Amino acid sequence: MQPLEPIPRRARIALGILFFVLFVGAWAIATLGGFVSPTFLADPVTMVKDGVYLLTEQGFLADIGVTVWRVVGGFVMAAAVAVPLGIAMGAYKPVEALLEPFVSFARYLPASAFVPLLILWAGIGELQKLLVIFIGSVFQIVLMVAVAVAATRRDLVEAAYTLGADDAGVVRRVLIPANAPDIAEILRLVLGWAWTYVIVAELIGASSGIGYMIINSQALMATGQIIFGIIVIGLIGLVSDFAFKWLNRRLFAWRLA
Amino acid sequence: MNELEISEVSRVFPGAGGRPPVVALQPTTLKVARNDFVTILGPSGCGKSTLLRIVAGLDKPTTGAVIAGGREVTGPGVDRGMVFQSYTLFPWLTVRENIAFGLREKRLGEKEKWEIVDDFVEKVGLRGFEAHWPKQLSGGMQQRTAIARALANDPRVLLLDEPFGALDNQTRALMQELLLGIWEREQKTVLFVTHDIEEAVFMASRVVTMTARPGRIKSVTPVDLPHPRHYTVKASPEFSALRLKLTEEIRSEALAAAAEG
Ligand SMILES: Nc1ncnc2c1ncn2[C@@H]1O[C@H](COP(=O)(O)OP(=O)(O)OP(=O)(O)O)[C@@H](O)[C@H]1O
Ligand SMILES: [Mg+2]
Repeated sequence: MQPLEPIPRRARIALGILFFVLFVGAWAIATLGGFVSPTFLADPVTMVKDGVYLLTEQGFLADIGVTVWRVVGGFVMAAAVAVPLGIAMGAYKPVEALLEPFVSFARYLPASAFVPLLILWAGIGELQKLLVIFIGSVFQIVLMVAVAVAATRRDLVEAAYTLGADDAGVVRRVLIPANAPDIAEILRLVLGWAWTYVIVAELIGASSGIGYMIINSQALMATGQIIFGIIVIGLIGLVSDFAFKWLNRRLFAWRLA
Repeated sequence: MNELEISEVSRVFPGAGGRPPVVALQPTTLKVARNDFVTILGPSGCGKSTLLRIVAGLDKPTTGAVIAGGREVTGPGVDRGMVFQSYTLFPWLTVRENIAFGLREKRLGEKEKWEIVDDFVEKVGLRGFEAHWPKQLSGGMQQRTAIARALANDPRVLLLDEPFGALDNQTRALMQELLLGIWEREQKTVLFVTHDIEEAVFMASRVVTMTARPGRIKSVTPVDLPHPRHYTVKASPEFSALRLKLTEEIRSEALAAAAEG
């Protein structure tokens, strides 16, 4: 195989699907072949049956909706705070000097460890769930955006100055558009992480959501339901990832041109 | 009146990590009259870019000062347009939007702005490429856009730092004629850095040569070839004589630079 040589689109899609098939195949052999006890791991058929049961009888769609809304809500809050802050940090060195050490420290605070504390502060309502995701995402976004903005090509900034841009103009007309694709990419990445925080938030003190269903199913030893829940999360992640990529390609066509 | 007065400008870069400071430019004095076309010729590393950046206001001189249009330069300004050695078009803007960048800062009316832009698109021969992004252009087209972008702002002084340095010989020759043609028609004060002797002579009213690093001005040679200049002038005996003179001057500097490593 030749390194970095692209392959045809159809081959790429076929190979991508192939691995999913292999994965499910291995799973089916392990479970249906009797190599693994159903107590620990449900087989694919049971999983699908459990899934249908969840969707039709247990109102699982509502749980999915609640979880999606929590992720999106917490994430949008985080992005709304973090993106402007990250741009300010990347653009202005005093702001960076002020915030960078703290943000670097806060970034390592595990969002999941905040769950008990947040329950004390905000109860077990929606706000607490949103805050877990907010805390988990906000510092990551700030830092990554700041790094991207700080690495803007200096010659472009200088060109803008010689063309008469003032300091605010350089931020608005160079730093932001130059880094918009990177910022979108950062958001895509962190949104993926936000999904792990939401499940953690829902495992404790929740009465709805995918995480809540999973922890409930554990009590019932319903591994099929647990796996179905996990797969649903994976699928939603996959879809949102595709949507993000598609949008980025649309918005930032100049990069690919 | 002199459009540009560079007086005793020098630049020393502080040595990083315990190394000794680097003298990039020795005190340099140069007066440029209005509508003069001065080319600056010198071996690599002699401080040509440093000098141009100081004139543009992108770097501060260690000693001395630059007076542009009667006022001391303290930072970049629209009165001094710059075309860089590297490609510096804004990749997220189309050719047309790139050329309009400075005009938008000037808060011109939309109609007037696009008229000026289209005029310069025409002048640099980019008709049909207005809606292209920089990535879709060849190097020569990118530099033509960069020249149009600088000129559209109508600066008093145009600074060009080896704008054609990365281009092949044919394209380069065409670009020289294009730029010279624009200068002949519009009249503009130009400071043009190059290390190509033929280019320096062909474009200039005066050629300034610089010594090897650390650079200072070695000589100033007037070029009295008539305008409008056609590329055939390069075959004339006057041109050859000038080229030979400058080649000898630069050669000794290049040897000095090579000996120094
Ligand atoms: N920011 C900087 N810090 C330290 N040294 C620098 C800096 N910029 C330039 N120099 C040094 O100053 C000297 C002159 O650099 P300059 O870029 O002006 O040369 P130049 O004549 O434009 O060369 P070229 O023809 O290769 O573009 C070089 O020795 C370079 O190493
Ligand atoms: Mg240079």
